[in-house]
Amino acid sequence: MSHHTIRRLAVIGSAVSVALVLSACSGSGSSSSAAATDFTFLTINENTTIAAVLTSLSENECSAENAALPLKITKQAQGTLDQQLQLLGGQNALPPAFVSGNSADLTKELFEAGKIVDFAGTDVADSIVPLAASGIKALYGDNTMVLPTELNIEGVWYNKSLLKEAGVTVPDSWDSLVSAFATLSAAGVQPISAAGKGGDGWGVTRWVGAYIFRDIGPDAMTAISNGDATLTDAEYVKAADAVASLGKAGYFGKSVSSIDYATAMNTFLTGKAAFYYQGSWALADFNNEDENKIGTDNIGFIPFPNVAGGKGSADQTPTNIGTDIAFSKSAYDGDSRVRDWASCIAKNYGNVALRDFGQITGFTVTGDVKVAELTQLIQEQIAATETSVGWFESLFNTDAVTTSQNNGGPLGAGNLSGSDFMNTVQAALAG
Amino acid sequence: MKSVLGDKRAIALLLGPALLVYTAVMLIPMLWSLGYTFFTGNVLKGFTFVGLSNFERLFTDPNVGPAIIFTLKYALIVTIGQIVLGYLMALLYQFFLKGSSSFIRTLVFFPVVLPTVAVSLLFQKLFEYAPQNGLVNSVLNLMGIGSIDWLGDPKYAFVVLAIMDIWRAMGFYGVLLFTGFLDIPDDVMEAARLDGASGWKLVRHVVFPLSLPVLISSAIFSINGTLKVFDSVYALTGGGPGSATTPLTLLMYRKAFAGGNYGYGSTIALLLTIMCLVVTVVIYRTNSSNSKEEAS
Repeated sequence: MSHHTIRRLAVIGSAVSVALVLSACSGSGSSSSAAATDFTFLTINENTTIAAVLTSLSENECSAENAALPLKITKQAQGTLDQQLQLLGGQNALPPAFVSGNSADLTKELFEAGKIVDFAGTDVADSIVPLAASGIKALYGDNTMVLPTELNIEGVWYNKSLLKEAGVTVPDSWDSLVSAFATLSAAGVQPISAAGKGGDGWGVTRWVGAYIFRDIGPDAMTAISNGDATLTDAEYVKAADAVASLGKAGYFGKSVSSIDYATAMNTFLTGKAAFYYQGSWALADFNNEDENKIGTDNIGFIPFPNVAGGKGSADQTPTNIGTDIAFSKSAYDGDSRVRDWASCIAKNYGNVALRDFGQITGFTVTGDVKVAELTQLIQEQIAATETSVGWFESLFNTDAVTTSQNNGGPLGAGNLSGSDFMNTVQAALAG
Repeated sequence: MKSVLGDKRAIALLLGPALLVYTAVMLIPMLWSLGYTFFTGNVLKGFTFVGLSNFERLFTDPNVGPAIIFTLKYALIVTIGQIVLGYLMALLYQFFLKGSSSFIRTLVFFPVVLPTVAVSLLFQKLFEYAPQNGLVNSVLNLMGIGSIDWLGDPKYAFVVLAIMDIWRAMGFYGVLLFTGFLDIPDDVMEAARLDGASGWKLVRHVVFPLSLPVLISSAIFSINGTLKVFDSVYALTGGGPGSATTPLTLLMYRKAFAGGNYGYGSTIALLLTIMCLVVTVVIYRTNSSNSKEEAS
């Protein structure tokens, strides 16, 4: 073999290997290109309503859009959604539409990086009701980065018959709520159902946040985000301690850190627990007879009660747009079929979700839709809401959201003290 | 052959492609990651130069200390478990099962080929406590012992993790060490037996010293694997309850990918790399000084 041949082979060999490596690096991030063959929608396992409503739309109201660009639903665990979106966003590989991140910060980052659509001024935005629009504004500022597939209030749901059997009246203050827990627990009934496994730990941290809003006032978490207060301040730690003491007493049931969202929902809907802090997105599950074994008539709702001496009050309702959806900017701008899908969703989602699932959304509802009694009760509560508050993590950065949710379980299981919990979350918040 | 390997161009031709791939997929990303340690941000936000502040944060972050302690504790216990049980397995194959060990070897090796996530789900169910008891708690209950919250209580979560990873890998180390035994010449063994060495004495004075090189390699394999444990922790406990079973790798992953801070994540990765390097060098040095003593 001559030197020339060897050199030529070496050059060819190197070129081939470099090409292979480069092609491996570039990947196939073309899912958002104009030549898309389907309308991929990334949703989360924990939310079954969005996928069901979209499927129903694709078969009926949006069948023309579906014929042009067929709907394809992919799923992801909620706990890992944020990192998935970050990675896809970084690779320009976001699907045309997806459930937005757990942290509002991430959605804003994606928006600032030009990855997601601003619906402000489009026909899509015209379908958003004012309360939802203000909910979007509270989280994301002036740009309409998301579509409100939910419009929720949060509070404490209870099983009427379990309370009645234990001789407990519907609590109207934190103290009477805690004494109700004690009575139920003594009667052998699990007082609270909550999720606390890994990223589902918000089932517990919602209690901390709600307590903070009642005790310190509706601006308590804004003060944290502005840097005017820290979570390690005594009044904030007091809230975490109040929840930790419920955990120590075993009120959240057996090992809340092993319970995921679906199990917690099932525990309440099969009559194994008396109280359940949850957002009204759960109406879709409550109205589902296959899941709900206790009956909708048997479920009551109270706003999170007043804390004695607290600056907040029970009429300040946590209102939010819950799990909302965003659209990839490149897919939306580059493909009219994606824009058609967005318009069709905005026009019809509200009706279908309310009619078929009893789910209240932030979209306008056209015509008369008959709804279940429980849904109607929540609709009235939403309409009567004057002051709206967020939730514990609503203004946190991505790292702090993850940290808080992951430590919710141990807090509710009584394995973590209030101050340890707040220290850990504060460190993530500061980082 | 000599003329081919003596030719620098031939060497370049033979090594070049592999070296290029290695450089592109290993060296460049590693150096890149090293560069990230001086920045904060991610691909969405862009990167900002922050000097040494990522390193400062490493010392003030309350998560780092517990993660280092967990990583070392886990690496030490699991490595000892994997190597000791693997060695006992190998002895069993060599001296008791002899020719008929292949069936047992296959059985014990089987967990190695199972996907980690599947094994983790299996262990989650075995050690389940809520909403209903798994097999382990049911057996405990039968024996009159109360149920244990295996995965919800930090100290037990560690135990389950250690059991799972020892069980998963001991078959591999058993086979690896067994092949080391096969290298021990029969005449040496025969001579030792004729001299009256048997049982423990034979193992202690003949088998152990002669299988030491394989043992050291296994220890380096195992400790580097356990220091860098990720998949089994992620799938079994997710680092929880809370952050009680979070090793450095998972912390790095959380900070870099969930928290969107590639710079700080890379700094944690650097710390882990240094730890692996130190441990490997220590084991290697101890071993080479041992063999020098034996040689003299």
